[in-house]
Amino acid sequence: MTEIHPHDPAAALDSAPGDERLDGTGVAQGVGGYLLGLVLAGGMTAASFYFAAGHLLWGPGMPAALIALAIAQMGVHLVFFLHITTGPESTNNVLALAFGVLIVFLLVTGTVIIMSTLNHNMPPMDQIMSMQR
Amino acid sequence: MTVADPPAPFDPYHVGRGAAPHPARGHGGGGEADKRVVVAYGFWIFLLSDIVMFSAFFAAYAVLAGNTAGGPSGRDVFDLNNVALETACLLVSSFTCGMAAIATGARNKAAFHLMMAITCVLGATFVTLEFKEFVGLIQAGNGPSRSAFLSAFFALVGCHGGHVTVGLLWLLTMMAQVFAKGFRPEILRRILCFSLFWHALDIIWVALFTVVYLLGTRP
Amino acid sequence: MLGKLSWAALPLNEPIPLAASAMMILGILGVVAWVVLKGWAPYLWREWITSVDHKRIGVMYCLLALVMLLRGFTDAIMMRSQQALAFHAAGYLPPDHYDQVFSAHGTIMIFFVAMPFVIGLMNFVVPLQLGVRDVAFPTLNSVSFWLTAVGVLLTNISLFVGEFARTGWLPYPPLSELRYSPGVGVDYWLWSLQISGVGTLMSGINLVVTILKMRAPGMTYLRMPMFCWTALASNLLIVAAFPILTATSAMLILDRYLGFHFFTNEAGGNMMMFMNLIWAWGHPEVYILILPAFGVFSEVISTFSSKPLFGYRSMVLATMCICILAFLVWLHHFFTMGAGGDINAFFGIMTMIIAVPTGVKVYNWLFTLFGGRIRFTSPVLWSIGFMVTFVIGGMTGVLMAVPPADFVLHNSLFLVAHFHNVIIGGVLFGAFAGYTYWFPKAFGFRLDEAWGKAAFWCWLVGFYVAFMPLYVLGFMGATRRLQHYDVAAWRPWFLAAAVGVGIILLGILCQVAQLAVSIRRRSQLADATGDPWDGRSLEWATASPPPKFNFAVMPDVSGEEPYWAIKESAFARGELRAEPHYEAIEMPRNTATGVVSAFFATLVGFAMIWHIWWMALLGLAGAFATFVAFAWRDRSQDLILADEVAVFDRANRAARARAVSGPRDYL
Repeated sequence: MTEIHPHDPAAALDSAPGDERLDGTGVAQGVGGYLLGLVLAGGMTAASFYFAAGHLLWGPGMPAALIALAIAQMGVHLVFFLHITTGPESTNNVLALAFGVLIVFLLVTGTVIIMSTLNHNMPPMDQIMSMQR
Repeated sequence: MTVADPPAPFDPYHVGRGAAPHPARGHGGGGEADKRVVVAYGFWIFLLSDIVMFSAFFAAYAVLAGNTAGGPSGRDVFDLNNVALETACLLVSSFTCGMAAIATGARNKAAFHLMMAITCVLGATFVTLEFKEFVGLIQAGNGPSRSAFLSAFFALVGCHGGHVTVGLLWLLTMMAQVFAKGFRPEILRRILCFSLFWHALDIIWVALFTVVYLLGTRP
Repeated sequence: MLGKLSWAALPLNEPIPLAASAMMILGILGVVAWVVLKGWAPYLWREWITSVDHKRIGVMYCLLALVMLLRGFTDAIMMRSQQALAFHAAGYLPPDHYDQVFSAHGTIMIFFVAMPFVIGLMNFVVPLQLGVRDVAFPTLNSVSFWLTAVGVLLTNISLFVGEFARTGWLPYPPLSELRYSPGVGVDYWLWSLQISGVGTLMSGINLVVTILKMRAPGMTYLRMPMFCWTALASNLLIVAAFPILTATSAMLILDRYLGFHFFTNEAGGNMMMFMNLIWAWGHPEVYILILPAFGVFSEVISTFSSKPLFGYRSMVLATMCICILAFLVWLHHFFTMGAGGDINAFFGIMTMIIAVPTGVKVYNWLFTLFGGRIRFTSPVLWSIGFMVTFVIGGMTGVLMAVPPADFVLHNSLFLVAHFHNVIIGGVLFGAFAGYTYWFPKAFGFRLDEAWGKAAFWCWLVGFYVAFMPLYVLGFMGATRRLQHYDVAAWRPWFLAAAVGVGIILLGILCQVAQLAVSIRRRSQLADATGDPWDGRSLEWATASPPPKFNFAVMPDVSGEEPYWAIKESAFARGELRAEPHYEAIEMPRNTATGVVSAFFATLVGFAMIWHIWWMALLGLAGAFATFVAFAWRDRSQDLILADEVAVFDRANRAARARAVSGPRDYL
């Protein structure tokens, strides 16, 4: 969201997430930011699809490349569309985001690791099948 | 309500101990934060909780992706052209939503309504394409009850599509509100929350199409 | 037309649920009739049901919790008596009823007693302690409360329309899948918790934003009272964990309603994933419950020792550590599910590590008491009882954190004794301490101390008599949820546990008596100044009960324990500070949005349970319409004139001036 403020010292010190601080040029600068985001994100999306189709990238390296591109795209969204900055007025917003990312990471990696090891103590499948007969 | 900081070494994040109360409202020194900040931050926290919910579905998908129970896998049923089209729709709709935000900042009702309408059309296209994909799968006998992989797929992608649909409903409500009441402060706050929601949905879609569609169909 | 609903859903040929339903319905009708005939209905609607005031909502949450405590405790009495009788006998509860009773007992106690109690306390106290007028989103607060009430309503409806889940308080698949639980029981569980879960999540968001973005001028993070820090940690956990419950319940709903295969036996489903996901929520949940209780103890111990809390910064650090570590231990709920030694070892070690910050807190409380002028009021008794009881329960938890030990003790009565030890000794004792401590603030008169002490001793003794035998039984091999048994050596212990429950019943009766006596004697127990305990934090700077706007003028906070500093200088001078300049105050308007959206949510829940699709759609449409109607209102605030504010504040200042000019004596 773009709020065109006159320079207001108090307002500069706590930013609503999604609010963009524009000084001076207003609409043109705002549109430019979104346009740049669109171009970057669009380019990376196209690259993802291109690589996924098997072009140019060595097969086993593909998941890493796709995930890197996905994270980069999310970054573009955060910076250009959601206007998340690293200044002190945005600290609460960034901290909350970091907390969310931490929980997501713990949940997803924890689940994948745990679920993949749950058959650790099981006998091998062929032994189980021979017990079935 | 600002408290004058004594001259201090450069410390923009106030990491130094015993610092005077930070003059920013909401940071502790200056009292309550502005209502716009409070509302948007609350919605931001809600979005993070929503992303945690999506991650539970992502985790389930990651676990169940290989459990095709003799049925088709992603490679067999995903149509990447359709996905590319859906992605383009959603990405451009994020851009037009940003344009609507700029129109709101400039208090331009006509531009706001135009940009929101375009966002709505693009979002509706996305939902329609996804709906048709689902119907096609179900009619081919590859519905969610076919296998755990398909269950996880339908739930994850469907959850996102459901959120987009609710977003469209919200979009139309916001257009009606601006039409009826103009750019009042509470409506401005709601528009800010809506754009946060819409952009977040596109972020989730990035993760979705990468993990589900692209990684699921690589040769 | 009515889905699966038919007359067969009523328990007409089952005496126990029939009798229970009849009592419940008569009780509810009796209360409603009494309220209507006394003419209180308009007042209740105007001032309580449509209220968006955090104080009123907090009181309603606590009232809901106390009422549901009675229902959950009744289930407990039934379970204990059944197990006392059922040695080489069938007892009086058939297995499928017994299964519903223990499932309902756990579900109600966790979701509809413990959660509402701590959320109610946080709702009431946090804005007052932060020096602000209300939470960040008052109407959302009302919606949250009413959605929780919907969960309560649906669970209680299951008593006489249909049945409840038989799967335990967490519905593990494959038993909870449609094939093995074809009835509506699991659906009641799922929809009650989905709906109240939305309410809880909204409440979590509300309190996080209030604490982070709305505090009195000058109140930095490290000047917040300890209760607000623990409230922050607890609500961050709510925001992070409840979405996992929502997602997992949704997956089970999809399995049951649309034939999905998340957790089924066939077509590739993975039942163990349910346990993994549900405990990724479940473990943070218990920290959500205990952290506010820790906060209560910090407040109570500090106030009644007449000392500031010892080691404030280490307490903050310990609290936030517990908040993060809560997400690193969840596998300890299923050590026996098949993960290898290294995974089990990691989670076992993390579980032991999480005991460390709690230990830091216990030492800080002890050091706060040490050297203080301690007044042994009932909140302090609850706190000391907590410290002994919770430490024992925590130690048994650390024992079970050792995976090989857990292989023996998993799902035995040892486990049951452990979690009751920490939840009753921790959460419930904390809730009772908070209830007694803040009761005068909420209602303007204290609770009777004699009955309060009697209640405490009955609860303490009763708890030990009821649950220590369960530790012994667990070591002897008794598993949980036994409808009958035939091991002679177990019998005396089951009998002892039943006696313990009887003593706890006495404790609850003492609490009921305490409330009745206190209401009758309220003029003698009145709290004239608003500060009955010689408090240290800002809530004691307001009148009892506080006016709708909390503070006539926003307080200016210059140090830790802001109210204490003001009070010390007032007593030193013998008079209050000069009267402030009063201005008009805008407060949010009351609205029926909460209760109306709850009505539609009830429709949706009931309809989904019984497969009445048209009613579900109607409910959803109604909920959306309510939301739009709320969004369309023009006036969202009421103005309270400066004169009104002045009248209220001057009355309180007069009472305080009298107190300040006299000797400084407290209970």
